[in-house]
Amino acid sequence: MWLKRLSEAGGVSGHEDEVRQIILDIIAGHVDDYRVDSIGNIIALKKGDGSSDLRVMVAAHMDEVGFMISHVEENGLLHFHKVGGLDDRILPAKVVWIGDKKVPGVIGFKPAHLTEQNERDQPIKYKQLTIDIGTTSKAEAEKLVQRGDYATFATEFVELGLAGEGWQTVRGKAFDDRAGCAVLIELLNTQYPFDLYAVFTVQEEVGLRGAQVAAFAVEPDWAFALEGTGANEIPTPKDVSPSTRLGHGPAITVMDRSFIADKRLVRLLIDTAEELGIPYQIKQPGIGGTDAGAIHRTREGVPSVTVAVPCRYIHSPAAILNLDDFDHTVQLVRESLSRLPTIPR
Amino acid sequence: MDTAELLKQLTEARGPSGYETEIREIVQERFGQYADETRTDALGNVIALKRGQGLDPRPTVMLAGHMDEIALMVKQIEKGFLHIARIGGFDPRVLLGQEVIVHGRRDLPGVIVSVPPHFTDPAERDKTVPLDRLFVDVGLAPEQVEKLVQVGDLITIHRGFTELSGGWAASKAMDDRTAVAAIAICLEELSRLKHQWDVYAVATVQEEVGLYGAMTSAYGLAPTMAIAIDVTFGHQPGLSEAETVKMDGGPGIALGPNIHPQVFEGLVAAAKAMEMPHQIEPVPGRSGTDAWGIQVSREGIPTGLLGIPLRYMHTSVETVALKDVERTGRLLVAFIARLDDEFLDALTWNKGNGREEA
Amino acid sequence: MKETIKKLVETFGPSGYEQDIRDSIRQEIERHGLATEKGDEVRVDALGNLIVLKKGAGDGHKVMLAAHMDEIGVIVTHVDEKGFLRFGRIGGVYPHTLLGGRVRFADGTVGVIGVEKLEDRTKMPDLDKLFIDVGAKDKASCPVRVGDVASFVRPLADMGDRLVAKAMDDRIGCAVLLQVLRDLKETPHDVYFVFTVQEEVGLRGATTSSYGVAPDLALSVDVTGTGDTPEARTMAVSLGDGPAIKVKDGGMLAHPGVKNWLVKTAEGNGIPYQLEVLEGGTTDARAIQTSRAGVPAGCVSIPCRYVHTPSEMVDYGDVTHAVKLLVTALSKPIELM
Repeated sequence: MWLKRLSEAGGVSGHEDEVRQIILDIIAGHVDDYRVDSIGNIIALKKGDGSSDLRVMVAAHMDEVGFMISHVEENGLLHFHKVGGLDDRILPAKVVWIGDKKVPGVIGFKPAHLTEQNERDQPIKYKQLTIDIGTTSKAEAEKLVQRGDYATFATEFVELGLAGEGWQTVRGKAFDDRAGCAVLIELLNTQYPFDLYAVFTVQEEVGLRGAQVAAFAVEPDWAFALEGTGANEIPTPKDVSPSTRLGHGPAITVMDRSFIADKRLVRLLIDTAEELGIPYQIKQPGIGGTDAGAIHRTREGVPSVTVAVPCRYIHSPAAILNLDDFDHTVQLVRESLSRLPTIPR
Repeated sequence: MDTAELLKQLTEARGPSGYETEIREIVQERFGQYADETRTDALGNVIALKRGQGLDPRPTVMLAGHMDEIALMVKQIEKGFLHIARIGGFDPRVLLGQEVIVHGRRDLPGVIVSVPPHFTDPAERDKTVPLDRLFVDVGLAPEQVEKLVQVGDLITIHRGFTELSGGWAASKAMDDRTAVAAIAICLEELSRLKHQWDVYAVATVQEEVGLYGAMTSAYGLAPTMAIAIDVTFGHQPGLSEAETVKMDGGPGIALGPNIHPQVFEGLVAAAKAMEMPHQIEPVPGRSGTDAWGIQVSREGIPTGLLGIPLRYMHTSVETVALKDVERTGRLLVAFIARLDDEFLDALTWNKGNGREEA
Repeated sequence: MKETIKKLVETFGPSGYEQDIRDSIRQEIERHGLATEKGDEVRVDALGNLIVLKKGAGDGHKVMLAAHMDEIGVIVTHVDEKGFLRFGRIGGVYPHTLLGGRVRFADGTVGVIGVEKLEDRTKMPDLDKLFIDVGAKDKASCPVRVGDVASFVRPLADMGDRLVAKAMDDRIGCAVLLQVLRDLKETPHDVYFVFTVQEEVGLRGATTSSYGVAPDLALSVDVTGTGDTPEARTMAVSLGDGPAIKVKDGGMLAHPGVKNWLVKTAEGNGIPYQLEVLEGGTTDARAIQTSRAGVPAGCVSIPCRYVHTPSEMVDYGDVTHAVKLLVTALSKPIELM
């Protein structure tokens, strides 16, 4: 399963090269055509069996949130910008890999012994943090890293859960949206009635940028975005929505901040799920945004929907997802796509 | 071309976002001197074409610098005093005491005022004056004001170009008339050189209110590649080195998601070939410039971004080193002169399997 | 016009769920035979925009008029164990307009908005402290599910000169467009009357419909605020002083040529008008203006008090004058200076 390789690969928004190469190598034998456009999207075509003249775009984004080195200090420490949405509070004391050579560094923090009580209540600001790669001068540091280098969390992919116990989860970075990419790769093992444009987009995390230009080029009739979306199951006394939950199947978006899903596509997914006994959930409306937000408003409009694998702790060094949810997502999207020509335009 | 004289003409001209008429005429004349054709489009962008000498069909490179400036507008008139609305991002704290021109039936000199400290509570004097407590006073009787000014009239900052020592200068609207100047310098030098690609020099409108001119001109031109030129934060007290570039250190060459890596490499290579001082500027997301709007036009346009180091952005005393303006213009020339088929090829991520269908 | 206005404002149609209001508008068009001449067209595009072309004599411009069909509303995010509903916003919905209010779902189910206990009654609660009560006993028997949407409930009140209802924003604009469609007898221009979707959540319908129509000039018709209520934000627009010709709002500067054309039309025909500078908020014109290679765009605004509350108030004279301004302006050739 490709998720481990994809999760450990580096691909911060704007520099998705490593992930892009892995995906190109995997899909080359499974699609009829592919190209890389001017912003770095992979646009791959899997021709249909000829029974439908629909053009359908299915998108998953290759990029992850991360960092860019902004300045090398005289003492060899590195300042950084954040790329995409990152909560500053998760940054202290983490390990990162910098650049294509994955130079390891640590985000240091003041020892507790030397911190006053009132300091500990102060919010953490990323501008005050630095990355330490173990050098003590600018000259030494610049042999290894440059201003402008990208960096990611250094997280290894691990399998959790006990074998044979029925609850199989995995932990790693960038499940948002390497999980979606892995789903899309699996979908390419099937032929559909129509031409399927599998688009592995770039720069979703900085404004849905790749999806916008890809959709303009592809001009699809329908679009699906595949995501790894947030699940929040931490216990709370209040009876409110967890957004999505692990183990309850793929999450269908009816509305988020970036778009309102086409009702026919939502209906198709729900009907397919219920007919085939696939678990599914409705993602808590109104949270987040996905590539569908850009796709649906290109040219004269594209009816769109987003389906996601629920993941805890997205945009942090370690996310967790359930492999049954992953398999059910592949199954639900594959079966729904096959039924797509039956719904009214 | 005398840089100081060019910049003085450009920065002292009026051109608030959406109302760029005065600056547009000047730019049409300045670009038109060295271009083969000049025209304007639906929203008022100036588009000047300088043809290259390569074989037809020639690839095209679009240069974009915005000619609009931030300004103010009359929101309401009360007893002869004018309430103000902003056009673009002014920090209200830089406005108090600023001289302005109100463009009513006539151009009226005015000043931005608030209740003087002598007449406010001591507690109030420590607080900043919010925008809705600032007014413009043109010094006329209320009946005269009613006749000469109406809601929606433009108010521009009145500030002349000041040469400072060391080859530096300060004015309003250095953001982004320095870029317009750099493009004019570039066009003049290009007229003395051979270059392969066609060059579209575009002075865009309405950047300060939403990058609207860049979005629409890029759509209309559909260029092969684009370079946006804007100002960027020059090092000044209170800002860290991580968020700025050096003044008089040469143009900033941006790197990040908004920038095509090959265009970045090409600009850096051109700078190094000329032994020109330049600075690498990491931009982790939205660049806040025309480059952001151009990059996602249609099917996407490979885009680069040059930043002219500038202090005190969005005030009436924006300060630059004149050498940085000239360097930016000359870097564009060096880059354009090197554009050839090889570069076009390098721009394409042609990891496809050759067939055009996808 | 009042009958049409009443029908439109009372119809259900939050952003993304505009079927009912679209059907209502189509019925009006069909009932009065408003687009039946040769060359006229009525179609619905991929996102649900209703596009009506009234063909002109042929020697004018391609003009797009836009008014949005969608209204603000709420969407259910969670059904709790006791059958209470948590919700999120569709468009600009603020807690202080909701407390104690009523909402209606697509199937007619009515709900009341309640609030958790407040530790500090002087602070405005966030949406996450509110909930909807549809009278259900528990989760299983609750007729509403996650993802269902509701609009405010408030029937039209006719006060003579003044009309009050929910969704004046922008059903009043739709009513104006319908009346212009009725009254515009002779025109050199091909006029596209576009009833857009999803304006309140980001001008989405205007973005895609303008790409499809590709006009060379555009006007939106939407509500704008006023400065004439007690301790209001400074704004030079008042109810009853005529339709407002937009100079600038929070998202765009009206094309000066378009603004001047409207001002000249009003002054030359004795139509009252006001000039509008709005600081917060924008309209479909902003999206149309940056479509493709750019479109000169402006807006005719209906002054409205209490925008984005369940009781939006307009002046009937402003509405009829807005119709007159548009009909007069579009009946003649347009030259933008």
